[in-house]
Amino acid sequence: MSDVLLSVQDLHVHFDTYAGRIYAVNGMSFDIHRSRMFGLVGESGCGKSVTGLSIVNMVPPGGKIVRGKVLLTGQNVLAMSEREMQGIRGRRISMIFQDPARSLNPVFSVGDQIVRVIRQHDHLTREGAYQRALEMFESVAMPDPERIFRSYPHELSGGMQQRIMISIALACGAELLIADEPTTALDVTIQAQILALLADLRLKERISILLITHNLGVVSETCDQVGVAYAGQIVEMGETGDVLFHSKHPYTRGLLAALPKSATRKSALQSIPGNVPDGLTLLKGCPFFDRCQYAMEHCQHTPPPLIPVGGSVKDHWIACYLYPQEQSG
Amino acid sequence: MNQTPLIEVKGLSVHFVSSHGILRRRIRRVRAVSDVDLAIYPHETLGVVGESGCGKTTLGRAILRLVKPTAGQVLFEGEDLVQLNPSEMRRRRREMQIIFQSPQLSFDSRFNVLSLVAEPLQTHTSLHGEALTQRVVELLEQTGMPGEILFRYPHEFSGGQLQRIAVARALALNPKFLVLDEPTSALDVSVQAQIINLLQRLQAELELTYLFITHDLSVIQHISDRVAVMYVGKVVELSTTDAIFNRGALHPYTKALLASAPMVDSAARRERIILQGSVPNPANPPPGCTFHPRCPVSLPICSLVEPKLVDIGDGHLASCHLLQTEVAYPIAPSVLDV
Repeated sequence: MSDVLLSVQDLHVHFDTYAGRIYAVNGMSFDIHRSRMFGLVGESGCGKSVTGLSIVNMVPPGGKIVRGKVLLTGQNVLAMSEREMQGIRGRRISMIFQDPARSLNPVFSVGDQIVRVIRQHDHLTREGAYQRALEMFESVAMPDPERIFRSYPHELSGGMQQRIMISIALACGAELLIADEPTTALDVTIQAQILALLADLRLKERISILLITHNLGVVSETCDQVGVAYAGQIVEMGETGDVLFHSKHPYTRGLLAALPKSATRKSALQSIPGNVPDGLTLLKGCPFFDRCQYAMEHCQHTPPPLIPVGGSVKDHWIACYLYPQEQSG
Repeated sequence: MNQTPLIEVKGLSVHFVSSHGILRRRIRRVRAVSDVDLAIYPHETLGVVGESGCGKTTLGRAILRLVKPTAGQVLFEGEDLVQLNPSEMRRRRREMQIIFQSPQLSFDSRFNVLSLVAEPLQTHTSLHGEALTQRVVELLEQTGMPGEILFRYPHEFSGGQLQRIAVARALALNPKFLVLDEPTSALDVSVQAQIINLLQRLQAELELTYLFITHDLSVIQHISDRVAVMYVGKVVELSTTDAIFNRGALHPYTKALLASAPMVDSAARRERIILQGSVPNPANPPPGCTFHPRCPVSLPICSLVEPKLVDIGDGHLASCHLLQTEVAYPIAPSVLDV
């Protein structure tokens, strides 16, 4: 498709720690289309957060992007200088995190913090920036923007703080919002408000959203496309309905079967045996090999490529030898 | 249910009082739990669900007398735990245990597995030496951990494994009653399933009674026989799991809570009800029904009079004027279809 805003291609990120080298991201590839919400879902340690940070070239110390490209409308942001990157972050790509209280500075009012961001990118007067800030607060459905502008982070609830973060992130017209577990620290009723807001902004402001989460329910209700990550790579990807209701990869199926739902009441839940790989060894074959009930000899030696299957009109990609290439339409 | 309850909670309140201001004269009173009545029957799982700050954890702790109730009674097999003296309480403590959310924080990192699991046995029984070790191995095996891990330390285990060890420790004294406070919230989905299965198996084998506290509606639906929904220190609705999740919740808060929970299940998907505002501060709850400022269907009476938790048929308890007031009741079902 031509309306690809961001394309992550064969991304590899390693961390050097005292325990050894951690292979956090191993060949992550996906595309995010304009005005779409893409969910990157996986269990802890699957490399989803590191992928988000790599897109804005902000991998924490010790980490290194060793291979891959992140193309923003065709331009590789990983090849840019730090100065060029500063023009991208906040202006074209913004990011919000799980804990809004830690993202905001406790000693400045939230108004100061949004004005600083606006004036960093757009050369507006103080008054112009103030007006823009109020508009932004209104666009994230904040009641009484003038009062909020003067408030300090501790005076606001978690849901309000996350709204402030979203308004700061979008204040300079970002095209892509990376939301890393934006509702995990919030209560369900507040989570519903924030998710509705993101869905609304996606349509009204025509922004694309990369939603990083471990919650398949959140993905199911908000995302257009979803990528399921395991051990630093995508194992299944496609339209949300296809991936969640016609899932093919044994890991996706296992994950969905492990969720308690109305049908499983009081019966034993299916669980995936074993644990998530620790990332300390570079796996030769399929990363899910040792936990997979369908594992074949072949799986242990060569990693399966992520290929389209099913021949459906929509894209549905799987990295698994159970679905041979011949089937692809 | 016509059984005798194992635990009966009557008028339980827990208030936390702190003083503020330069002269420490400003008193802040947080009503974490206010006037809760509950009965927990033998061998059942009572789920307690609510948002953060609704008092569900405090309720669990107050039942075990880990925090001192401000008022009310907790009858354990008819004996009021609140009135027991320390030695009597100590005797009762064997019969009730608790499992916490974070298994990493539940263990002293400098103790090995043997000393961690053996501690309750050493405190309450005369087991020692070979017999003690034998019992610890038995307990570990019962929770699916190999007996060889006796001399390993907490940091060597994953979250799911540690939670199994926490379960082993909780079962050491053959308790009748367990409070499970968000036991799977810190775990990944695939591991959560293992722990839930373990808890269900042990409940059947050992005839345990559970108070299962969580904010996760799909977990509570899966594991509970009955569900209590809490909001700002009070139980607002209590009924069987089937009545709340399948036949339809009645309280507007429960409805909104169920509608907000993101579900994968397309069949379980409900019409979204998005509540405005956030949970009120329990130090300064709104007058009348604590839910009225956010309630989509509130009446004038709701801001004035606090509704009582009453039986509205078939043992389904709810506290809402719309369901109780004679005048409002006939119109209630349609009004409530928000």
